[in-house]
Amino acid sequence: MDPRTFCAQSRLIVVAGKGGVGKTTVTAALARMAADLGLSVLIVEVEGKTGLAAAFGAEDLEYDERELAPGIRARSLTPDIALVEYLEEHGLRRISRRLVKAGLVEVVSTAAPGIKDILILGKVKQLERAAVADLILLDAPAAGHAVSFLMSPRGLREIVRAGPLQGQAEDVLSMLTDPTRARVMLVTLAEETPVNEVVETAFALEDKVGVDLGPVVVNGLYPVLEGLDVDLAEAGSDATTLAAAADFRARRQELQQAQIARLAAELPLPQLHLPTLFTVDLAPSDIDVLAAALSRAIEALPARTGVS
Amino acid sequence: MDELVADREIVVCCGPGGVGKTTVAAALAVEGARRGRRTVVVTIDPAKRLADALGLDDLTNTPRRIEGDWPGELWAVMLDPRATFDGLVVKYAPEPGQAETILANRFYRNIAGALSGTQEYMAMEKLFELHSDERFDLVVVDTPPTRNALDFVDAPRRLTRLLDNRLFRLLMIPARSGLRAVNFATQAFLRTIGKVVGSEVVSDAVTFFQAFEGMEDGFRQRAQAVLELLADPCTAFVLVTSPRRDAARETEFFAEKLGEAGIDVDALVVNRMHPRFPVVGPAAGAPPLALVALYRNASDLARLAEGEEAHVAALSERVGAAAVCVPEFETDVHDLPGLARVAAHVFGP
Repeated sequence: MDPRTFCAQSRLIVVAGKGGVGKTTVTAALARMAADLGLSVLIVEVEGKTGLAAAFGAEDLEYDERELAPGIRARSLTPDIALVEYLEEHGLRRISRRLVKAGLVEVVSTAAPGIKDILILGKVKQLERAAVADLILLDAPAAGHAVSFLMSPRGLREIVRAGPLQGQAEDVLSMLTDPTRARVMLVTLAEETPVNEVVETAFALEDKVGVDLGPVVVNGLYPVLEGLDVDLAEAGSDATTLAAAADFRARRQELQQAQIARLAAELPLPQLHLPTLFTVDLAPSDIDVLAAALSRAIEALPARTGVS
Repeated sequence: MDELVADREIVVCCGPGGVGKTTVAAALAVEGARRGRRTVVVTIDPAKRLADALGLDDLTNTPRRIEGDWPGELWAVMLDPRATFDGLVVKYAPEPGQAETILANRFYRNIAGALSGTQEYMAMEKLFELHSDERFDLVVVDTPPTRNALDFVDAPRRLTRLLDNRLFRLLMIPARSGLRAVNFATQAFLRTIGKVVGSEVVSDAVTFFQAFEGMEDGFRQRAQAVLELLADPCTAFVLVTSPRRDAARETEFFAEKLGEAGIDVDALVVNRMHPRFPVVGPAAGAPPLALVALYRNASDLARLAEGEEAHVAALSERVGAAAVCVPEFETDVHDLPGLARVAAHVFGP
């Protein structure tokens, strides 16, 4: 599939996955890839301090939008500020800040758990409707919570049966269930627990939210390296260590392949494979490498994807 | 680490999500039992197979004994925040009817799942309860993954702060005062909020706070007692993390926040380290063509290991505790022999 077509499938892509699988890295790589295609990108972060800005060599994000790189803007949404904006837009400007300061968010979100999430998703929907960028990437809360986050409009409908918030929930739900407007991309590692969790999350999102699922990104794969099984006679004193290192890699690759096969068997979604870069600190140049890998993986997808 | 498991009464394992905190907590508990202590481990959300290994197949809020070849005892509890909270409400309600009203209230039922920090609060509450239980002399607690270490230290105070909240005070006025004027102003205010969030939400909240009337003191005292226990020298805090960048950064932030709250980190466990393969390199110049891939592989792995070790060294210095490293195993740990392997890395063979 042409990466341009891929990006044009929906304006909003929610990137979700359990902590430590590289969700933020994948978000950054997707942004880079889209920007390289000439698209304008807005990244929305909802948990604060995800390290997204650092991947672009920038300072931490704030509520107000900022440019991270040419064509890539980003902002951080918090329920408090989203609530102030919401109240102001609903004619409660005079008391909005006072209410928020008095802890309204905590009170209200205790009374109706989905409200915080709805405020954030409502804001995202507003950005999506206003077409503020060609592609909006939402770096979702860590899995588990991602399901309840995206389920919030359905849950809230049962608690709040009237009023503007209920309308908000309906609007968010129509966005999430329309594959031409929104889809979710799940990120995982080729390891036992992450694979189990991504399968569980995918089915929960499909059954309980009804959101379209894009390909699953499998991150951190050892790239295939030919020539590891050669004769070590020439290696001298390094022979044992080189052999041990080669064995380690071969064994890990085998385990990763087994997990990839299990993921394919348990979850009928196309996979995009990303390599490990053997580094613990991702530099902007690493994001470029991953964006290129993502682009190649998308090109290798059949023209039409999805299980719906 | 030896001292913690041998002498302390409480070991709290905290750190970011996805680093194997549950596994490390379980391994520490196994070690406690091996050293003859009557140990109980509180886990939050173990992977299914680890839960099976610990005999936690049915979710239970009461300790279950795990048989094993050790001189001490090993018990395990799966935290059920709702049941723990219910227990507290029943304990502090002046009369049974009041507890029933609260337990049936929708606002209350949402608290266990929604009020941020409730799970942490209940983990601390469970810790307090088990520490006072004479059957145990070592309590190991696995904590929910959170971005903010203060959630644990802060959690017990969270509910009392909620009860002290100005808005809540306002919500409780109708119950406390017969003054019609106050009622009228409050009603107007509540109607305004109700317009935004729905009137049922508001009436649930009002009912809850009216029912809670008179119980705040009990909760406040309990929160204070839990906080004192956390700060007591018999309690140890162990930070569990992985050498990956995000985890290391979160852990630093964690340690900083704990420090601000006056709590020392007693130990640092870095899980899932990649191995190092130290090669000397070819005697002169580039390696022979046939060996290029092998050297490339060794240098890839060395780069990763060096990066990880640098993170660990920096973290150890920032946290002010030596790092105990556990390698990444080929498969997840989901049985007692696996836990023993982790323990062997933490405590030495």
